[in-house]
Amino acid sequence: MADITASSSTAGAIPKRPNPVMLFIKSQPLGFAGFLIVLLYVVLAVGRAWIATHEPTAMSLGDMEQPPSLKNFFGTDQMGRDVFSRVVYGARTALLIGILSALFGGTIGALLGATSGYFGGRIDTFLQRIVDIMLSFPIIILAVVVVAVLGKWPVFDVDMNLIIAIALPMIPKMARIARSSTLSIVQMPFIDAARAAGFGHTRIILRHIMPNIIAPYLIMVTAFIAQAILLEASLSFLGLGVTEPTPAWGLMLSGSSADFARTAPWMIIFPGLAITLAVFAFNLLGDSLRDWLDPKMKG
Amino acid sequence: MLGFIVRRLLLMIPTLVGVAIAVFFMLRLGGGDIVAMKFRAEGAQVTEDVIQAERKRLGLDKPNFYVSCAKYVPPSGCTVSMDNQFADYMGGLLRFDLGNSLWTGDPVIKDIAIRFPVSLQVAIMAMLIAVLIAVPLGTISALYRDTWIDYVVRVFSVSGLAIPSFWLGMLMILGLLHFFQWLPKIGYVSIFEDPVANIAALIWPALSVGYRYAAVATRMMRSSLLEVMREDYIRTARAKGVWSKLITRRHALRNAMLPVVTVIGLEFAFLIGGLVVTEQVFNLNGIGRLFVDASSRGDFVLIQGLVLMIAVIFIMINLLVDIFYGFLDPRIRLN
Repeated sequence: MADITASSSTAGAIPKRPNPVMLFIKSQPLGFAGFLIVLLYVVLAVGRAWIATHEPTAMSLGDMEQPPSLKNFFGTDQMGRDVFSRVVYGARTALLIGILSALFGGTIGALLGATSGYFGGRIDTFLQRIVDIMLSFPIIILAVVVVAVLGKWPVFDVDMNLIIAIALPMIPKMARIARSSTLSIVQMPFIDAARAAGFGHTRIILRHIMPNIIAPYLIMVTAFIAQAILLEASLSFLGLGVTEPTPAWGLMLSGSSADFARTAPWMIIFPGLAITLAVFAFNLLGDSLRDWLDPKMKG
Repeated sequence: MLGFIVRRLLLMIPTLVGVAIAVFFMLRLGGGDIVAMKFRAEGAQVTEDVIQAERKRLGLDKPNFYVSCAKYVPPSGCTVSMDNQFADYMGGLLRFDLGNSLWTGDPVIKDIAIRFPVSLQVAIMAMLIAVLIAVPLGTISALYRDTWIDYVVRVFSVSGLAIPSFWLGMLMILGLLHFFQWLPKIGYVSIFEDPVANIAALIWPALSVGYRYAAVATRMMRSSLLEVMREDYIRTARAKGVWSKLITRRHALRNAMLPVVTVIGLEFAFLIGGLVVTEQVFNLNGIGRLFVDASSRGDFVLIQGLVLMIAVIFIMINLLVDIFYGFLDPRIRLN
């Protein structure tokens, strides 16, 4: 025992490599706080059946617009549904749509950007023009047009077209960043080596370029999840996103709930807080991931 | 300068043509029959003949493009037709005619022109709010970096990115009702008729979209000023013994403003996105509301017109930002 203490303090000994997780916590406390909140939402989403006190869709005409109490933590809405249980179940909807669309948009964007940067020339110019045009539209405008065009396409109980609509505006953002990273990677000797070894373009892009843009990818996808949750809430609020009876935060704020909220403010306060906190947490996590992995990256 | 502006305006044309073509085909990817939907919304029981006649009247019976193929297996079963919807649409654009709304039958230009003033006013007010908040807050936050002032400002700006503008709007309405038992009047009064009532009604939506706007601009202001403060010429000025307030005002702020102007301009162009939801909350009959209505009805012609309008606004604002750059930074003017 004494030996160990002695040797670890000896000058010149190889210092133990610090645990990267601990290092992240130490240097990015805010990011870690964000991570903890994200974890809380994941727990809510996974354990919704055990955490919720009521059935989220169960209406009860006797308990309409009840204020928060021990029976209904966040009160009840105009149909007597338990707001707490709906917020808990809403976490699943928000995370599912948020994560799926962020992964979808991020991955397609990264592939597109890497391809564009790798080939250069006409393909690159053409793709960049499209990216420029797409970036000149507010994300919600793009999403609303896609929703309007595609209609609904439910797979299990998730609307795939909603995910496509939310993912589409992310593609140009990711593509632009992946392209600029690729431009510097293509200059590296290992790409020449891969070419000399006779590997095809597909293999070089997938096996040699993509693994090297994983840092900006992770940063962007985390930020995209925040954006996706906000966008899903906005679309549901407009009546273009998730539809009843699926519990979703944006949906809980939509339609006539604004009128009922005059007498029952808890109906809109808690779902709104749930959205804000979730977006806040993912933004916090994304910002510190950026500082941690790639301090030079902006945007 | 004039040559620069003219060149940029001419460059706008190919971009707009590209946008017009892209949006035309994108909207026709999906199905959806607006004519049947319209009759259903009116609750009318109509025969297939009536629907077909209405489609014919709106020009929806024509093929989408010069070449149309059945069953997606070209070239078998392909027909060529010069009389198609694409030709109608592009021909209309040449005459600055955006077509008529499929739902109301009114010219799209007229629909947009009626709704435009409300949205523009809210947007301008939101921009003023954002500038008034962001420039001083961002400056203070950068000057007092890592003190409690900085932390408060950063929490304020990070929250602005997380709070949905429509929820903020709803909270404002609740707050006004709860604390003042007062709500802005529904219905738009022009600022020229009754400025007080107009501002009293529009300040709330402007605040609720302006918060996010201010948050983005504050972050930019802070980081940009921090970057400028590290420059050599700031150190030189300090070494010369220039009064530190003068350094901030004359040397740092002016240079830090460039990226902030970009962000303020870009976010102004993107405000329509925030208005799409906020107008719903405050019952404003603006462009955002029009866009949501057009989308939920599947009114292709109106959507096309609105998308082109958004593209024009974006390009014009970028041009304005570039012109403004020249005033802030003489080096850009010389080039």
